[in-house]
Amino acid sequence: MGKVLMKGNEAIAEAAIRAGCLNYFAYPITPQSEVAEYLSRRMPEVGGVFLQGESEVAVSYMIFGAAAAGARVFTTSSSPGISLMSEGVSYIIGAQCPAVFVNIMRGGPGLGGILPSQADYNQATRGIGHGDGHLLVLAPASVQEAVEMVMQAFPLAEKYRNPVMVLGDGLIGQMMEPVEFPDHLKTEPSDKDDWATTGMDTRKSDKRNLVRSLFLDPVQLNENNLALKRKYEQMKKEEVRFEQYNTDSDYKVLIVSYGTMSRVCKTAIDMLGEQGFAVGLVRPLTVFPFPEEAVNKAAAKKGCEAVLSVEMSMGQMVDDIERSVRGSCPVHWYGKCGGEVPTPEEVIEAVKQLM
Amino acid sequence: MAKLFSRPEALADQPTHYCPGCTHGVIHRLVAEVIDELGIRGRTVGIAPVGCAVLAYNYFTFDFQEAAHGRAPAMATGIKRVRPDLIVFTYQGDGDLASIGMGEIVHAANRGEKFTTIFVNNAIYGMTGGQMAPTTMPGQRTTTSPFGRNTEESGMPIRIAELLASLATPGYISRQTVIKPKYIKKAKQAIKKAFTYQLEDKCFSLVEVVSTCPTNWGLTPVEAVKWAEDTMLPYYPLGDFKTPENN
Repeated sequence: MGKVLMKGNEAIAEAAIRAGCLNYFAYPITPQSEVAEYLSRRMPEVGGVFLQGESEVAVSYMIFGAAAAGARVFTTSSSPGISLMSEGVSYIIGAQCPAVFVNIMRGGPGLGGILPSQADYNQATRGIGHGDGHLLVLAPASVQEAVEMVMQAFPLAEKYRNPVMVLGDGLIGQMMEPVEFPDHLKTEPSDKDDWATTGMDTRKSDKRNLVRSLFLDPVQLNENNLALKRKYEQMKKEEVRFEQYNTDSDYKVLIVSYGTMSRVCKTAIDMLGEQGFAVGLVRPLTVFPFPEEAVNKAAAKKGCEAVLSVEMSMGQMVDDIERSVRGSCPVHWYGKCGGEVPTPEEVIEAVKQLM
Repeated sequence: MAKLFSRPEALADQPTHYCPGCTHGVIHRLVAEVIDELGIRGRTVGIAPVGCAVLAYNYFTFDFQEAAHGRAPAMATGIKRVRPDLIVFTYQGDGDLASIGMGEIVHAANRGEKFTTIFVNNAIYGMTGGQMAPTTMPGQRTTTSPFGRNTEESGMPIRIAELLASLATPGYISRQTVIKPKYIKKAKQAIKKAFTYQLEDKCFSLVEVVSTCPTNWGLTPVEAVKWAEDTMLPYYPLGDFKTPENN
């Protein structure tokens, strides 16, 4: 199969199937309902499971149950729906099960709007639900990257036995772009016999498996949470991904931006270059773990006077950038948080104010 | 000498944390006996609720998952859909199933999910310390209805078996009790029927078990049995409310 033109949401759906994930539970919500519509047709073709649950809360536990039974499983939703799923995600983190959640973000708080947004950055990168915990969060900037990240998400979730989120803004779900699908992946976590409730007979073992997030003994709960912490430390060592753009130039301003917004920033940087202004960009591909060192080095480069976070949210990423920059230069914010995507001209204007 | 009575293989050799006079122990045993008799221990997954039975997984000897409050039917749905060969049951109390988990149980039953629910109705929240449940009887004093359940404010107790039996989707819905030996045999028959329907891939099955909570009712175990029989059983009648054959 060569390149095909697909809408982001449908490409995400197909990518999951090619990642060997034949189990999908979901609840409709704009702007990602096309994933469920696509899979309601496609799952029967591949002998997979499609189920529309009664609520996002219920769906998050269908995911938990299926993941705990050792199946490769995923769901998709959008911001308000992800809030409802956050309860289940916390349990999945605590019980150390692999699962994939896709959030095609819309504006908030509350019902907000249905246009593109990046306003769930803090929610996604700070663990979503109650308790100590994190998701590994991948942030695509194109439909092709969304496909690749969905396919990477399953092995990553299984490597860490931790939920992985693909965090895309509404545009990623709604726009059409040419995509190419990588090869199919295998279908189930390879170590599932060690922990999943597949039934003792299937493992030919008399050792039962128990999946739980309840540890009434404070020593045990502490140990479980420290085990989670070790996984997040390992993610910080092994999974940080980012892209640099125009960072070989002698820039005075460094932009940090991700997702669709980063593409607008690249255009703005090219236009600024033509006008004789050099601007660099660091684009996080993982927002948790955040590319701290890359941002730190890029901001500390000689001549860099300011860092600008460009986001479709009210500056939620600024904390992570400031933490990374560690005071070497001031961190500013530019963005819109109502559903409009800032134009290259608007980004240029924001950059010039720092020069 | 022949051994006539022993612990079911599916039941762990483990003292429980349940209070004296509580019926969870009897119900656990009935479930374990049924699982042994049907020979399904190696393909069964239980789901523990939030509530007094939150630690139920300690008392059984097969695969188990621990749910969030009320969400066990959604987890059972997830397991059963991806692994239809497994025998899956949820074990839930009345706060868990009839209050916070009402949405999950109604939709699972209405989809005809092929798992089994053991629903323990003792008319009160046990684990959190005796608060009012949707199944609390009119006038019943609890820690959050200190003057007795006021049905003007809180409505009448919810009859889960009747409510689920009203769904058009075929299912097996029964209400039993284990408060006296004479009821226990019938309760076990119903539990076995419920698991058998699942084994035959027929339908959703739920057995509501009217139970006692002497600790939170503020009664002795003997008084609790009398109260359940006099107060609960007239409101919560026993029997099969629906079978897939008479849908």
